[in-house]
Amino acid sequence: MSAWRRWGPPLGLALAVIALWQVLHWIAGRAAVASPWETALHTWNLLHNPRLAGHAIETARAFALAAAIAVLAGVALGLALGAHRLTGDVAEPILMSLYSLPKVTLYPIMLLIFGLGISAKVAFGALHGILPVMIFSMNAIRNLDRILIKSARAMALGPRATAVHVLLPAALPQIFTGVRLGVSLALLGTMIGELFASQRGLGFMLLAAIERHDVHTIGAVIVLLTGFALALSAGLMAIERRLHRSP
Amino acid sequence: MGFTRVAVLRLAVVAGLAGALEAACRLGAIPRTSVIPPSDMALALSEVLIERRVLEGLGETFGSVLIAFALAVSCGIGGGLVIHALPLLRRAVSPLLAAWYAIPHFAFYPLFIVLLGLGRASLVALALMLSGAAMTIATLDGLDRERRVLTKQARIYRLGTAARIRLIRLPAALPHLIGGLKLAFVYSFIGVIAGEFILSTSGLGHEISYAYDNFETRRMYGLILLTLVLAVSINLGFRAYERRLARVQG
Repeated sequence: MSAWRRWGPPLGLALAVIALWQVLHWIAGRAAVASPWETALHTWNLLHNPRLAGHAIETARAFALAAAIAVLAGVALGLALGAHRLTGDVAEPILMSLYSLPKVTLYPIMLLIFGLGISAKVAFGALHGILPVMIFSMNAIRNLDRILIKSARAMALGPRATAVHVLLPAALPQIFTGVRLGVSLALLGTMIGELFASQRGLGFMLLAAIERHDVHTIGAVIVLLTGFALALSAGLMAIERRLHRSP
Repeated sequence: MGFTRVAVLRLAVVAGLAGALEAACRLGAIPRTSVIPPSDMALALSEVLIERRVLEGLGETFGSVLIAFALAVSCGIGGGLVIHALPLLRRAVSPLLAAWYAIPHFAFYPLFIVLLGLGRASLVALALMLSGAAMTIATLDGLDRERRVLTKQARIYRLGTAARIRLIRLPAALPHLIGGLKLAFVYSFIGVIAGEFILSTSGLGHEISYAYDNFETRRMYGLILLTLVLAVSINLGFRAYERRLARVQG
């Protein structure tokens, strides 16, 4: 009963979205929007096609690298900036401004610096992902309860022990929120990178499909990317909830 | 007083970074073909600003941004009020809203182009997809913070639904709504520029990709700097307004 109460409404919403999609298909016509069933079939066929596998692996590789760089560098830089109050005060608005930029417009610079190929995509994905990780890590340290630091001092912990046993566990839930957002944005950045000046990857497939006016492939790639992004986000959110619950 | 010292330091940091980039470019550590010195970028910006095409593109971009923003605000506040009133709908929608910004929205742009044609309608749809959710989430947040005493007060005065929304709910939610307005504007701006950059025939985003495609590196940097200046000023403007509002409310 409780599983039904929990999963029933979201399931209903999913069905409503599919129904809306079908209606859109009827209104806009076959040439504009493939029906949900056709798209599902096409996605299934694509999944058994070695061509898609190659593109998907390319995207997955670029995304994994971008996410790893964003998370590792973001946490390290964020903690460093957050540890010192003045540095944090100086950096915060700069980071927020960077976060609110339309970063797509910076992509040509990435291409000019890194050249055509996977490194520009990775750099662009990492650029998208690193900012939320940095901002959340920095604020996690800045908003820590002062009493934690005082009690660490009272127990005569050294700086290393304070960081490992007190500060990091206390800040972890908030840092992880940043990691979740950063990983999602790294995927977005990698995909945007593939839309331009790229010969491989799901983003390239999408752009090639637009040029061929291949609505089936457009639908299938959207379903694959969105499904992957939602599943990834749901998984990370489950971990995050557990972190927030266990103090 | 501490505020001014921090602001001065912040300016110094930004100026220092720009200076370092300038030096690296002038000394040849970074090739001119990939990045031009910041002083050249500023000159290019001033050249770009007197181009008729760019001014028209700017007007077009901001037109689309404002349409998307207005739609996002009305849909977001309306949607937030409806979702807040219906708990069942809320249980259905909240997982989607929580994961909304994980969706690679730009992948939907081709779909909008097929449906609405290449032009302003698709750009607005893409921007609305990004910004509408932020406004909805902010409205829900604001409504959740409504204090019990206000609800009771409304019952004492026997306010109707419309009067309750107008006189109590929306004013109580205002601080959150301002945060939502800021996000909605920023996301509308990002959505429109990104859409123009990916595929369009005019607008600021299109000018940048056009300059890149035609190897007009200098002009491209001028246009990128223009976009950055616009985005940062919008952000700072909202920030100042938020701070003033926080002071007024005490």
